[in-house]
Amino acid sequence: MSAGLAIETEGLGKRFKGRDAVVDVALAVPDGSVFGFLGPNGSGKTTTIRMLLGLVNPTAGRAVLLGSPMPERAAAVLPRVGALVEGPGFAGYLSGSANLARLDSADPLADPRTRKRRIGEALDRVGLSAAAGKRVKAYSLGMKQRLGIANALLRPRDLLVLDEPTNGLDPQGTREVRTLVHDLAREGTTVFVSSHLLTEIEQMCTHAAVMRTGRLVAQGTLDELRGAAVDDRLHLLTPDVDAAITALVAAGLPATPSGAEVVAPLQGHAVEDLVPALVAAGIRIRGVRTAEASLEDRFVALTGEGFDVES
Amino acid sequence: MSSPEPRGHQLGLSLLGTEISVLFRRKRTWAMLAALAAVPVLIGVAIRISSAGDSGRGPSFISAIAGNGLFVGVASLVLAIPLFLPLTIGVVAGDTIAGEASQGTLRYLLVAPAGRPRLLLVKFLGAAVFCFAAPVTVVIAGTLTGLVLFPVGPVTLLSGDQVPFGDGMLRLLAMAAYAGIAMLGLTAVGLFVSTLTDVPVGAMAATVVLAVTSQVLDQLPQLAAVHPFLLSDSWLGLVDLLRQPPIWTTFGTNALLQLGYVVVFGALAYGRFTTRDVLA
Ligand SMILES: Nc1ncnc2c1ncn2[C@@H]1O[C@H](COP(=O)(O)OP(=O)(O)O)[C@@H](O)[C@H]1O
Ligand SMILES: [Mg+2]
Repeated sequence: MSAGLAIETEGLGKRFKGRDAVVDVALAVPDGSVFGFLGPNGSGKTTTIRMLLGLVNPTAGRAVLLGSPMPERAAAVLPRVGALVEGPGFAGYLSGSANLARLDSADPLADPRTRKRRIGEALDRVGLSAAAGKRVKAYSLGMKQRLGIANALLRPRDLLVLDEPTNGLDPQGTREVRTLVHDLAREGTTVFVSSHLLTEIEQMCTHAAVMRTGRLVAQGTLDELRGAAVDDRLHLLTPDVDAAITALVAAGLPATPSGAEVVAPLQGHAVEDLVPALVAAGIRIRGVRTAEASLEDRFVALTGEGFDVES
Repeated sequence: MSSPEPRGHQLGLSLLGTEISVLFRRKRTWAMLAALAAVPVLIGVAIRISSAGDSGRGPSFISAIAGNGLFVGVASLVLAIPLFLPLTIGVVAGDTIAGEASQGTLRYLLVAPAGRPRLLLVKFLGAAVFCFAAPVTVVIAGTLTGLVLFPVGPVTLLSGDQVPFGDGMLRLLAMAAYAGIAMLGLTAVGLFVSTLTDVPVGAMAATVVLAVTSQVLDQLPQLAAVHPFLLSDSWLGLVDLLRQPPIWTTFGTNALLQLGYVVVFGALAYGRFTTRDVLA
């Protein structure tokens, strides 16, 4: 397998009772990247992450984590990986720090002599020191989420896998997670973070991959993804909407009305050629502007329906 | 990355330590032990109140209580072993894996990584500790109740022989050990059931139902051929420790039968748990 990749998968797939949840996923997550794993709800992000961590057996393909095959080498690899999977999970009757102590004691390579100090540092890092002795039952969802992140940070990690880490957090908490991810990345940790929110990935990540109904539909650096974006668009302000659409479609541009405007992807046409043609066709033009394709356009195009909910 | 590690930790002793300490930090554990402790207290008080005119009736251990307080513990163990003990053991054993799954901690223990075989073993050992804590609780509560409410002295055994009080006390402790061992097979059954589901209450109920079913089958004469292999067949053999001399072969038979269940259901639990998808 290639050097320089923290996560690499080949043809990774999972079928649940005859239904494909993940199909033929080939991820390549470079060492040191902050890698966004983007996709609508139900697109297979969590299932992929479970396979990476050895919780779920793939029905096809293979996964390599930090250079070692999973799940075969889980015992050697997982101590170097911190993970948050599908939300936090803790014993409500134990305090936050007791929960962390328990999970730390499950790691055969974690030193019990430094446990207390490491737990204190991890709680401090996520701003939970004050609630360390409180039962988790009394935590808010946001506090549990932070505790989950603290668990991932109990030891210095080479790779962090964070599944929707900002779920349940308020805007302030979301900002803190972003800062934390930046800090960890600067310290050399590779961060693989999933989300169904594009803005979150755009603000945090250097790389991204996009999932759609179990399939990987794009991956690369954010710049590469932007570069491959759909064309710049022409926005035309005109009282003659129907005529403008007819004229643009005749010129080969799939124009659509959008509020008071007519919008069409330019597809390589020059604005300076199109406008005189429209004027010549008797269309009154009140304003013309072009808009650069955004990452959002690209992702909406890739996933079909944007990033709200997909059943 | 890290300094040399103490070796005990690598074996999973640290995880076993937290498992046991968490078990005894749970209110539920103490509630169950308190309920078990209430059995001898209730029996003792009831006998004390009614003993004036009622002696000589009822099961022999119960009627022996008024004459010797040591029999509070004996009677309570015999009373607890068919249902109360299996009930509490069913709760603990059924909860082992399914409880972690429903809490969402199973995936984090495995990612830690606890290692599936190691986690299974630690879960079994933790539940086994409870197997012994439960009858010991009954014996302690029974003995204290007996000392407070009834005369104590040399103990008249089933065989009619008399042994000194200290000897009787040792036999009572041996009976507690017997009862603890007797519950190990059920613990392994509960552990296996617990690997099959993410719903702990279901695993607990199924385990208790299996314990009851085993005792029902043990009552059917048509099934005499399979009786020696039933999970519960050895449970009431603990009274053999009250004979003179104590019948230790029964103790051995019990241990062997339970070991068989631990091996078979331990293997089934291993086969299931090490290969299944963890989706909770
Ligand atoms: N335990 C399961 N049994 C059957 N289907 C499942 C199970 N878990 C997830 N799925 C299905 O797999 C698909 C992907 O789910 P998931 O990986 O959770 O998506 P995401 O994390 O992107 O929201 C969904 O269609 C979901 O219904
Ligand atoms: Mg998910």
